[in-house]
Amino acid sequence: MATPQRQQILSEPVTPIPDTAESAKMTASSKLNARNLNFYYGSFQALHGIGIDISSNKITAFIGPSGCGKSTFLRTMNRMNEALRNTRVEGDLRLDGEDLFSMDVTDVRRRVGMVFQKSNPFPKTIFDNVAYGLRVNGIHKKSIVDDAVERSLQHAALWAEVKDKLQKPASALSGGQQQRLCIARALAVEPEVLLLDEPCSALDPIATLKIEELLFQIKDITTIVIVTHNMQQAARLADYTGFFLMGKLIEFDDTKKIFQNPARKETEDYVTGRFG
Amino acid sequence: MMMEISPKRRVVNAVMLSLSGICTALVIGVLFFILGYLLWHGASSLNLAFFTKLPKPSGETGGGMANAIVGSGKVLLIAALIGVPIGFLAGVYLAEYSGRMFAFCLRYTVDLLNGVPSIVIGIVAYALVVRPMKHFSALAGGVALGIMMIPIAVRTTEEFLRAIPNSMREAALALGATKAKTIFSVVIPAAISGLLSGLMLNLARVAGETAPLLFTALGNMFWSHGWLRPIATLPVMIYNYAIAPEEDLHQQAWAAGFVLLALVLVINVTARMIIARGPAGSRR
Repeated sequence: MATPQRQQILSEPVTPIPDTAESAKMTASSKLNARNLNFYYGSFQALHGIGIDISSNKITAFIGPSGCGKSTFLRTMNRMNEALRNTRVEGDLRLDGEDLFSMDVTDVRRRVGMVFQKSNPFPKTIFDNVAYGLRVNGIHKKSIVDDAVERSLQHAALWAEVKDKLQKPASALSGGQQQRLCIARALAVEPEVLLLDEPCSALDPIATLKIEELLFQIKDITTIVIVTHNMQQAARLADYTGFFLMGKLIEFDDTKKIFQNPARKETEDYVTGRFG
Repeated sequence: MMMEISPKRRVVNAVMLSLSGICTALVIGVLFFILGYLLWHGASSLNLAFFTKLPKPSGETGGGMANAIVGSGKVLLIAALIGVPIGFLAGVYLAEYSGRMFAFCLRYTVDLLNGVPSIVIGIVAYALVVRPMKHFSALAGGVALGIMMIPIAVRTTEEFLRAIPNSMREAALALGATKAKTIFSVVIPAAISGLLSGLMLNLARVAGETAPLLFTALGNMFWSHGWLRPIATLPVMIYNYAIAPEEDLHQQAWAAGFVLLALVLVINVTARMIIARGPAGSRR
């Protein structure tokens, strides 16, 4: 039934932003710029000509049905997809105007942190989880590590709950606490961008609310990009929202505009629940 | 629609159930028969002298196998020093680095090595160590058992590392850890209890090997000093005493068999306990 529409989407060159290399020069407030970005899993093309400017110290949300490429795009921004075999990326992606693909990969990942769908604390203590990123980046001085751990746990709104049990295993925490621990762990290395891949999909509404509140708090110190299946979450949280469909960025605009007055029919169908 | 269960199906079901039940009982029965038989013959000839005294010259009664107990320990130590690092690092490569095609070939090779008869491994160690050095030694026995440990070490390492979810690796990589750092600071610590128990089961398995030691470690009626002389081991001692004509030596062989089995059981149970405890959360 949706086939004609899909055909149209596939054949149309959809890039709401000019995609010439010259326009990739950094705009004053943008942190990450993608131009003409294609991504392939083997012979399957998962991303088609993505072009986007992600603003500094804002929350950008990506929405779209499962398999639309939003997580793939997220994982391209810290080059996480390179860990998978048989993948290929084409096009231009810049962090502060610098070519992301020619930078050192561990450097990229330190500057662009990531929080995953399922909380994945290491089987170590709470303290060691948060300190891990510092230690692998060569920071071992106790006073610095102690400070960073406390600061990160405070940013992640977890300090009050764990300050007396830092040497307890992370696995003893609840699901929501574990996810906040993962956020603290990512924040400890002071990333310039924090990518979150459906961070609340396994959490109850109260734990979700806590995470949304803390994301609001930390956008002063980092640029946030979040993939979510929950449209209310995008509406509540994000300054800008991008709608992905079948590997294309259909529309990217102010969150208000996307949800109240989208320019494209596909976006409207999706946000009003008529599609996907 | 209700299906009537025919009498024939009932009978087939009953026969299959009893057959599998009987076979299960046989399996358990064999184990307990061996245990009981060894306990009956072995424990009765076990005494303090067995653990503290050297074997007596033929014709005299009494004596013990202190040298063989220590000897088995020394040979196993050499075997572990050779087999574990090689097998472990190859297993890390197999689980974390190698491509699908190469991994398939490597796994196949390792399984073939695992299937090589232990006597053949003994001949290889004889040719590699005994011939050039011109005498039997603890080292040669350790090399033979070490080679035997490699395949199991590779496969257990691979399996326990693969069991660690990929999300662990991604979490570490996303924090700017290199791949090697990720493996050694997150993946291996997360798998450590499995890896340790795999090591212990591997040791338990080669502890009872006799054939590869016959013409590498050879055997010794006295204390063997250092690592380069013939050395007594429990399995070879059992072999030699069991085929000797004296009844007293048969009793000593039973006792040695009992000690060896007890040792293997203790290692096994310890390994299971390590697995059951799981990864310690407080470990760095």
